[in-house]
Amino acid sequence: MTVLQVAVLVAVAVGGGAVVVAPNALRQALVLGIYGLALTMLFFVFQDPDVALSEIVVSTIGLPVMVLLALRKVHQQEGEREEDSS
Amino acid sequence: MSRGVRLALFGVAGAGFAAVLVIGMTGLPDFGSYHGVYGQIIDGIGVTVRHGTDLITALNFDIRGFDTLGEEFILFASVLGIVLILRQLGGERHQPHQEESDEHHFAGASEALRALALALIPSVIAVGVYIVVHGQITPGGGFQGGVILAAAPLAMFIAGRYMRMRVLAPHLVIELGDVIGAAGYALVGLSGLVFVGIFFKNSLPLGIPGHLLSGGQMDVASVFVGLEVSGAFLVAWTHFLDQALLIRSGKQS
Repeated sequence: MTVLQVAVLVAVAVGGGAVVVAPNALRQALVLGIYGLALTMLFFVFQDPDVALSEIVVSTIGLPVMVLLALRKVHQQEGEREEDSS
Repeated sequence: MSRGVRLALFGVAGAGFAAVLVIGMTGLPDFGSYHGVYGQIIDGIGVTVRHGTDLITALNFDIRGFDTLGEEFILFASVLGIVLILRQLGGERHQPHQEESDEHHFAGASEALRALALALIPSVIAVGVYIVVHGQITPGGGFQGGVILAAAPLAMFIAGRYMRMRVLAPHLVIELGDVIGAAGYALVGLSGLVFVGIFFKNSLPLGIPGHLLSGGQMDVASVFVGLEVSGAFLVAWTHFLDQALLIRSGKQS
């Protein structure tokens, strides 16, 4: 196992933990994107560029848009509910 | 259940799990060693018999093309689910989206970001098309290239111009892309059944390995999958964006 392989394995382990302990959903979405990049490097270093490409398009383009828009909608509805009750 | 009981339960389950994990790990083959017969066969016939230099694409779109048909319809069905769940309900209403007024500007959409996002659109399209059509030669293929292609209209939204993104990628066009891509991939399989007698068996000329038009049906399948994936992602994103930007609950007017 090369130094690079050990380094990306550590990065993925740390990144996965960081996603779990992120304090709120918005930051969690951003940390998830960084974790996705770490996974991309993992696949690339372990010689699977096809999966690395899939991972980078899903974790940096596909998923964050949906998560961030869903969060925006949830905040919006919470705001409307507060206005209704006041 | 009290905290003590829960911890005790976790202790027992955790210890058991750790034991099984350690026993399993000790039986693993050495790092980097590979003894899979199937993989070695594919490695041998990928270029010589199928004329595709990227064996992953050769597997996805030719040798195990039938599996990809199932995966493709998983994506199709999940996008249908998104459309169904995020539809406009009876109690909701459309709110006009004012992009020119300051208060509705997407946070952070400065002039510089807007110019950069718009300038990126042609190159994103070029990269997406490249990845789709070179699937059988280099890493990539319909799925990866399709998501990159879908990101081109999305750049318009990042530039703070969602209504123009809808002009660039209207509902009808992206839905048709999704449907034609899904149907086209199934037709690639049927063409094998019609012309060679076996579902998803290649019936097209194989070409010279490494050339753009090589690998027989891989290229055609890759283009259809690219169309389906970019359509599917755009349909899903558009419904998320409609919910976040346009649709409000109808209680207050």
